[in-house]
Amino acid sequence: MTRVHDMGGRFGDGPINPEVEDAPVFAEDWHARALAVTLASGFLGQWNIDVSRHARERLSPKDYARFSYYEKWISGLADLLVERGVLSLDDLRSGGEDGPHPLAERMLKADAVSAALAKGGPADRPSNVAVQFSVGQQVVTTRPAGNRIVDGGHTRLPNYASGARGRILRLHGTHVLPDSNAHGLGEAPEPIYAVVFPASELWTSPEHPDDEVVLDLWQSYLEPA
Amino acid sequence: MPHDDHDHPHALLPPEPALRVKALETILTRKGLIDPAALDEIIDTYQNKIGPQNGARVVAKAWSDPAFKAALLEDATSIVADLGYYGRQGEHMVVVENTSTRHNMVVCTLCSCYPWPLLGIPPGWYKSDAYRARAVREPRKVLAEFGLTLPEDTSVRVWDSTAEVRYLVLPMRPDGTDGMSEEALAALVTRDSMIGTGLPKAPS
Repeated sequence: MTRVHDMGGRFGDGPINPEVEDAPVFAEDWHARALAVTLASGFLGQWNIDVSRHARERLSPKDYARFSYYEKWISGLADLLVERGVLSLDDLRSGGEDGPHPLAERMLKADAVSAALAKGGPADRPSNVAVQFSVGQQVVTTRPAGNRIVDGGHTRLPNYASGARGRILRLHGTHVLPDSNAHGLGEAPEPIYAVVFPASELWTSPEHPDDEVVLDLWQSYLEPA
Repeated sequence: MPHDDHDHPHALLPPEPALRVKALETILTRKGLIDPAALDEIIDTYQNKIGPQNGARVVAKAWSDPAFKAALLEDATSIVADLGYYGRQGEHMVVVENTSTRHNMVVCTLCSCYPWPLLGIPPGWYKSDAYRARAVREPRKVLAEFGLTLPEDTSVRVWDSTAEVRYLVLPMRPDGTDGMSEEALAALVTRDSMIGTGLPKAPS
C-alpha cells in the first residue's frame, strides 16, 4: 500500500480556490522561512530529496491531513534532523546546547546560495539496466502500488495508476530509483518513461473519451502488456 | 527504515506553525548549522529573482522562432539552460505543446513537483489537496473553476509529475499577435497558461 500523500483521484476535497496571478509568492512570512530552513538544512548533506519526500509522507495520516503545506515541510524536517542524529530530542525540547556542531563546517553560507541553487541536483545517472520498452509499446503497471524493496517505503507509482494499461510515450533516460534511494540502499538508476493512460483505464466515469493522463514511471514499475 | 512511531519528534516543537519554524531556525542557527543571512538570500531568490517571467520569455521565444520551438520540444533542458534557466527543481525539463486538438495541464498528485527555474515557487492552489486529488480525475471540472472551458473536440492530457522531470506547457499563441515583439508577447503569457490551468491573455 501507499500512504496518505497519495491522493490522486480522491473524492471529497471540494473546490479549488485559485489565487490571482500576482498574489505574493509566500502568503505568510513563516512560509518563506519554512522553505528556506528546509533547503538550507538539506545542504548539510545528511539526506537526499527522496529521503526528505519520504519524511513528509511518513507524517501520520492525522497530521498530514490537518497540517498546511509548509507545516508538513517543517515537521518532516524536524523528524529527519532527529532521525539522522543532527539534532537530539533534547534540542527540540529545550534548544539544547549551543555550537559548535560537528556539521557546522557544512553550513550553507549566504554567498554560496546563488551557486548552490543554480547547480541543482539532477537525478539523471548512467545505468547498466538495459532499456526494456520502446516508444509505442503497451505496458501494465505493477499492482498493488508499493515499494517492493522496503515494506511501507517510498514509491512514485500512485495508487490510482496501479495495475493500469498504458503506452510508452517517451524514454526520459535513466534516473535514480526513489524506492531505493529514499532508504539508503543506493541510487540504483534505471530507465524511466513517460507512460500515457486513457482516462477510461483509470476512472469509472471519465469526463471525456479522449482524455489521457501521463505519468513518469521507472522500468521496474512496468511489465509488458 | 520506515517506522510509524506516533511519538514523532516534531511534536516537541511549538504547535503554532510560525513558532514551530522559528524554534527550529533558532536551534539550527545557535548550533551553527544554518546561516540566517543564507535564508534571506534563498527567500530573495524565489521572491524576487526567479518566477514565471522566466517561463514567459521561453514561451514568447518559441512563438517567435520556429527553430527554437522545435529544439525546445525536442530537448528542453539544454535549450532553457542556454537562456540561463537551470537549477534546483528544473534539472530535467520537458515542454509540452497545446494544439487546437490537445490541451495539456500539469499536476503533482504525490507532492508538489514544479519547474522552479522557469515558474518559481508553486502557488498555493497547486499544492492544495483539492488540485492534487482532482486534476487527474476531473480536469475539465478543475479547469472550469479557473474559468476555462475547452471545446468538446479538444482532448485533455494531464501530466502527473511523479519523477524528477519537470513540465512546462507551451500554450497556443493568441490570435491578433502577428508582428509583436518577444517582449510584448511575453507580457501575454500567464503563469497559469504554462501550468495548463489558464490561457495567455489576449492582446489589448
